[in-house]
Amino acid sequence: MSKIQYSNDGNIKHLLTIEGLQEELIYKIFDLAESFLNVGNREIKNVPLLRGKTICNLFFENSTRTRTTFEIAAKRLSADVINLDIDSSSQSKGESIFDTVDNLISMGADIFVVRHPEPGMPELLAKHVGGNAHIINAGDGNHAHPTQGLLDTFTIKKYKNRFDNLSVAIIGDIKHSRVARSEIHALTTLGVPDIRLIGPTDLMPTDMSKINLKIFESMDDGLKNVDVIMMLRIQKERMIGAIIPEEGEYSEKYGLRKKHLLLAKKDAIVMHPGPMNRGIEIDSDVADGQQSVILSQVTFGIAIRMAVMSMLIGKNI
Amino acid sequence: MIDPKNTLPDPILLIKKMAAELSKEIDSNTCLIGIPKGGHLIINELKGMLSSSTLDYGLIDTSFYRDDLEISGLKVKEMTTDVMFNIHDKKVILIDDVFYTGRTSRAAINELFDFGRPREILLYVLIDRQSAQLPIKPNYSAFQVSPKKNNYINLEENNKSLTFRTKIINE
Repeated sequence: MSKIQYSNDGNIKHLLTIEGLQEELIYKIFDLAESFLNVGNREIKNVPLLRGKTICNLFFENSTRTRTTFEIAAKRLSADVINLDIDSSSQSKGESIFDTVDNLISMGADIFVVRHPEPGMPELLAKHVGGNAHIINAGDGNHAHPTQGLLDTFTIKKYKNRFDNLSVAIIGDIKHSRVARSEIHALTTLGVPDIRLIGPTDLMPTDMSKINLKIFESMDDGLKNVDVIMMLRIQKERMIGAIIPEEGEYSEKYGLRKKHLLLAKKDAIVMHPGPMNRGIEIDSDVADGQQSVILSQVTFGIAIRMAVMSMLIGKNI
Repeated sequence: MIDPKNTLPDPILLIKKMAAELSKEIDSNTCLIGIPKGGHLIINELKGMLSSSTLDYGLIDTSFYRDDLEISGLKVKEMTTDVMFNIHDKKVILIDDVFYTGRTSRAAINELFDFGRPREILLYVLIDRQSAQLPIKPNYSAFQVSPKKNNYINLEENNKSLTFRTKIINE
């Protein structure tokens, strides 16, 4: 899967998944994102790096936050941005996604940011476009959401400096979460020794047996002495057919409350990819509390997406 | 290839020459902004040579303003832009180790304007390779040399002393 992400000369060409990305490349993305963070602190936040380039946001699922951060990232790089409203586009008239993409390439599109309910669709598009454009996966079904995985691990680096001594707990519906999947691959590549998954047994992944993961059904057991608490949103739209507890029961067992923070290390950070279901998977006093870094994740997300777009267009370092 | 020991002067001597010229130019409205990494190393030395205590010092990393992203890629620098003072109506003196094509200077000037409208921008370098590809010339260069195109020259710090490093690069 990951081979298609690289061109023959070893440069990254598409970002489809974190699985298989080299650790060195992830750190290069982090270094670049750090530079872009500084740009974000200036009065004029735009740099002319991608001037003349066109970035198309192709979102086949609803998203406000991710699409907006990609759009801001592209605009800060001075690229032209096209947001395709899929509902009112040719797709609804029966045109295939491949035809849509071909047409946009003919119009000069350089990068496609794709969110699609079908796992693997960004990879199919990457194979289809070849060297004519770059694909960034902004979430495909329950498969991957690589920029979220990168921004989450970048956030951890910003607060914890290193990865090789950390205990990280991911809580919620891991099975249906592309965010969790990307986080797990990133954390593994970066050498986190203790990755814990907390949630109902039915919502644990069944296809990650090669990765050393510790599974917990209880928050009280799983959160002991962790450095990082990564909450996940309940994904009602992806839980069709899943045997899940009723929402109230789920919230009772797996909602993050202030009392849980006492189990973790004193300086543990709380993360959430958003949007949050306050009062269900996370209480407001935790989401807005001192240990929460949720809004930093959003800020860092722009820098990470700027870094990824620049690396895809530019010859790698 | 240029032999730095035989062809290029000691960088400290050149920085001293530059400091002498700068002291004629500096007034109460002047700031010095180095282009990493060479410009940063030069500024570190200049701080001990220039007597002005009111001078502002900054750095400008041109990576995001270059014109060769698709040719040379994006270099992640150890030092990023750091201009923590208002440059509006200031006399900005850009400091770099080597002036070659003028493209880095162009990128630096463009970036500066994102921070404000300087009254004047000057460019001071240690070495002018005299091969500008743009209508930009340094206001001051301490040394001039015309090596072959593939001779790369830059200022480096080794064991706390500054040296010019030269190497042959693939064109």
